[in-house]
Amino acid sequence: MLGRWGGAAWEYAPALVLLAALVGLWELMVQVLDTRPYILPAPSAIWDALIDKGHLLPNHIQATATEAVLGLLAAAGGGVLLAVLIASIPLARRVLYPIIVTSQTVPAIVLAPLLMVWVGIGLESKLIVVALVGFFPIVVSTVDGLASADRDMVALVRSMGASRLEELRHVLIPSAIPGFFAGLKIAAAYSVIGAVIAEWVAAKEGLGIFIIRSQASFRIDQIFVAIAVIALLSIALFVAVHLLARVASPWKYANDQGENGS
Amino acid sequence: MSEAAVAIRGLRHTFPGSRPVEVLDGVDLEAAPGAFVSLVGPSGCGKSTLLQVLAGLLAPDAGESLIEGQSTVGEPGLAAYMPQKDLLLPWRKAIGNAVLGAEIAGEPKAEARQHALDLFERFGLAGFEESWPSQLSGGMRQRLALLRTFLIPRHVLLLDEPFGALDAITRREMHQWLQEVWASDARTVLFVTHDVEEALILSDVAYVMSPRPARMAARFEVDYPRPRRPEIVTEPEFVADKARLLAALDGASKG
Repeated sequence: MLGRWGGAAWEYAPALVLLAALVGLWELMVQVLDTRPYILPAPSAIWDALIDKGHLLPNHIQATATEAVLGLLAAAGGGVLLAVLIASIPLARRVLYPIIVTSQTVPAIVLAPLLMVWVGIGLESKLIVVALVGFFPIVVSTVDGLASADRDMVALVRSMGASRLEELRHVLIPSAIPGFFAGLKIAAAYSVIGAVIAEWVAAKEGLGIFIIRSQASFRIDQIFVAIAVIALLSIALFVAVHLLARVASPWKYANDQGENGS
Repeated sequence: MSEAAVAIRGLRHTFPGSRPVEVLDGVDLEAAPGAFVSLVGPSGCGKSTLLQVLAGLLAPDAGESLIEGQSTVGEPGLAAYMPQKDLLLPWRKAIGNAVLGAEIAGEPKAEARQHALDLFERFGLAGFEESWPSQLSGGMRQRLALLRTFLIPRHVLLLDEPFGALDAITRREMHQWLQEVWASDARTVLFVTHDVEEALILSDVAYVMSPRPARMAARFEVDYPRPRRPEIVTEPEFVADKARLLAALDGASKG
């Protein structure tokens, strides 16, 4: 176990060193050039803002995280349903695929105000924005996963007398699990952004509204605090999905575990 | 006369396409209940197609394909079928793969599992029950696929070159072992191979198929006493039979 964490630390060390160097450079530039804090605050000023206004954040984080997670769940449910339809009914593929692709050409930022008008400024409108942003990669990669199922394996279970539903259960769905999680990872990375964009338009709470308020009072340092929180939240969701994928597809990792065990 | 376990009559099939491929050209075959019947033929002659018809996966253009008197056309699941590739499901552990067919056939899960666990040792897989297929060697994967086929509650086994991918030494072991397993089991086996020696060691009856489009070129009764040891291949009678079988195979290829 120690070895594994040590390995992970070693793997990410270069990225962390680079990040620290960039932050250091940023601090130095701001100090040397004496940049106005309402244009670009120094990292140390952003840290002070976090300490100062940090008590405001938990409520906003909770609101945004709730929207992101629930929206992601909706995207996953809807995405899988659409993927199964598209993969199993040729007509559904011809009808739905073009519409789904077209839906992605409408930016979430344009859609969000419309949704506020239609369903109000509550949780629902945010869920819809997050789900709309997230379902596309899930549908595409789950369809690919279902299509990648080994035809011979399907034939094998059919020779055993399996029904269409059993084919789906024993071969098609397990084949699609890695693809589904690949899509879910992308959706997870976008889901927090989706929630923030939706809050931007109108909301009572959330990191998006925190940014709007900070901007209105020229607290650029607070905007940076929000940016950092959004990044951390996105990474946390991404990592959570990654861990979930490991639990859901243990056979993919069977051989790594063997190496670590020895 | 008792009903044949497997009966094929006048089977014809052509794969359609821009260049249609005529595979089976009136094939006849019969296997008595409990018999070990081999099907020998050159590569690509349609042996696998024949098994797919018997497995209910392919509807032939013409002819009859019966398992225990029941037509297999559009009716999979009448026989236990083992394709050439092991096709183990990567997302099921060894034990899960072993019970797959039994599970689909509707056997209660716990019962199927217990039955499988009892056989893991016989199939040389003891200790690997909880391994993933990707952790097993080629020979073990093949034995697991065979175990999965054995656990399907059907009277007829259709085995498509089950040892084709194994090295000669492992193959010899598998021949001994398969004879033992089959002897204790009393099921009908239809065994596809392109190895004449393998067919003679294992079978009661060996059919020789011609190249594509396939017909039955010859039928041999093989009546050496059982169990047959690996050394049998050096005995004069065996060598003579092997020569006859090879001649039939060559004759079929030329004619």
